[in-house]
Amino acid sequence: MEWVQQLINGISLGSIYALIALGYTMVYGIIKLINFAHGDVFMVGSFIGFYSITVFNLGFFPALIISMAACALFGVIIERIAYKRLRNATRIAALITAIGVSLLIEYGVIYIRGAQPEAYPDVFSNRSFAFLGAQISIQSILILSVSVVLMILLQFIVHKTKTGKAMRAVSHDTEAAKLMGINVDNTISATFAIGSALAGAAGVIFGVYYTKIDPLMGVIPGVKAFVAAVLGGIGIIPGAMVGGLVLGVVETVVSALGFSLWRDAAAFVILILILIFRPSGIFGKNTREKV
Amino acid sequence: MKKSKQFWLFIIAAVLVYAVVQFFIANGTMNQFYSNTFIFIAINIILAVSLHLVIGITGQFSIGHAGFLAVGAYISAIVTMKLDLPFIVAIIVGGMVAALAGLIVGIPSLRLKGDYLAIATLGFAEIIRIVFLNIDYVGGAAGMQVSHLTTWTYAFVCLVITIIVIVNFTNSRHGIAAISVRENEIASDAMGINTTYYKVAAFAIGSFFAGVAGALYSHNFYIIQPSQFGFLKSFDILIFVVLGGLGSLSGAVLSAILLTVVSTYLQGYPETRMIIYSLVLILVMLYRPKGLMGTMEITDYFKLWRTPKGGDQHGK
Repeated sequence: MEWVQQLINGISLGSIYALIALGYTMVYGIIKLINFAHGDVFMVGSFIGFYSITVFNLGFFPALIISMAACALFGVIIERIAYKRLRNATRIAALITAIGVSLLIEYGVIYIRGAQPEAYPDVFSNRSFAFLGAQISIQSILILSVSVVLMILLQFIVHKTKTGKAMRAVSHDTEAAKLMGINVDNTISATFAIGSALAGAAGVIFGVYYTKIDPLMGVIPGVKAFVAAVLGGIGIIPGAMVGGLVLGVVETVVSALGFSLWRDAAAFVILILILIFRPSGIFGKNTREKV
Repeated sequence: MKKSKQFWLFIIAAVLVYAVVQFFIANGTMNQFYSNTFIFIAINIILAVSLHLVIGITGQFSIGHAGFLAVGAYISAIVTMKLDLPFIVAIIVGGMVAALAGLIVGIPSLRLKGDYLAIATLGFAEIIRIVFLNIDYVGGAAGMQVSHLTTWTYAFVCLVITIIVIVNFTNSRHGIAAISVRENEIASDAMGINTTYYKVAAFAIGSFFAGVAGALYSHNFYIIQPSQFGFLKSFDILIFVVLGGLGSLSGAVLSAILLTVVSTYLQGYPETRMIIYSLVLILVMLYRPKGLMGTMEITDYFKLWRTPKGGDQHGK
């Protein structure tokens, strides 16, 4: 039952993509900015988790929570310093700034601690059990359940809390939301905080699952998570989850078929096909452009 | 009449620059390191000017320029190393194939706008890189040996041709159509301009010169590897155009010269170099989103000195 195994690997990878993609999609939904630095927040989260496990001898869950909190703060700082002034700037200016912030975080981290990779410590026992003929490690079950819990939590925040309501309102129509007395700046900061916290969680999970982290690890998962967000329909939260899972499974299947060097290309081919044939994504609605 | 005067002034200046540098290289005042720096500046200017045509003039935000650089570099290396043809043929073939790649990439993706186009071009560039990574004929990840054929003469002649072609394109009716696409695509569509045609044409011309730069690049470095043509290379080219001013050719040229010199001096400290690059990107976008020169050209400043009203030829 090789295929069940591959499917489970794909879903584990996909849930990491989905967690990162959620941050992209929420930020894009609210200020129409592709936050290129999001992949680097993921990297920073991974390193914070690493240091809290190795230096402070914490367990997986405390490390996860510390990393999420630190990333939330980091995301808000990035937003306040770099993106806030660009609310009314052109899209190209905002995009270039995001690229600049991304490079600054990557090379800032390299400058501080060097470019050498780190090996993530084992936090779970490597036990596994057989299911339908596939070997499933406890680790991947835990990772999957953490991702699912976080996504359910996100759905709860977005749909049941006041902040979530404000976020939906701002993303629907910023001006009208402002007139209704919603504090737009704080809502945008909250969006960044939640998205970055999810990226931080994804970073810790990625580290535990793949065991190797380095300062440039965020680039490729970041771009792929963006692909996942576009695939699901950018700005749509369930879309990001589905897009991430689909992308993870597709990549794993491509690797399993023996084309592991082409794995990265698969994501971009999907991206280009989606952009050309259905730019609004799987869950998106077509919007007509008005003059 | 005035245009032709400007043209001849430019040619004379170019010949002078060429002669001075060539004189110093020939009599040995400038060693290998400096002559290489000059060649590298010329290559970077070609790249900056070719991307300027796509982003600055036509307003299509492409961040995958390194893909076309890679096509030019690999195709020209195949022409000289595997087919044993002369270098000049390699430059032309490299440019042509890159232009073809530009057409193939541009026709589907230029239907997209803004952010989506940026991501699509990034994706295409990455696909091009992965394709080269997987072809054993060109050495895969280990790279391909290329002999050192690029000289200052080749680099400078290519540079001058690039600038002349792009300036002439910009000042022709095609260039004005392209600028109208940049300013407002819907309005220029309504005025009867075939916007898709001009976008694809500008993209293909930009790709052609990126391919030419690729040919010079690969024959200047002894070895080419797919890892040289990643995201970072695209961002390197992007920063030339952004810093110089979106829509300013002389700005792109100046910032290419400036940043190449800076990065040559910081070669030993790649992290510092990237931190400076990224800070420049952020600060320029936050405090001067038009770039150093905006859409002005150097010649516009001369006109400003002469006539207090200012030049009337913006957006060249």
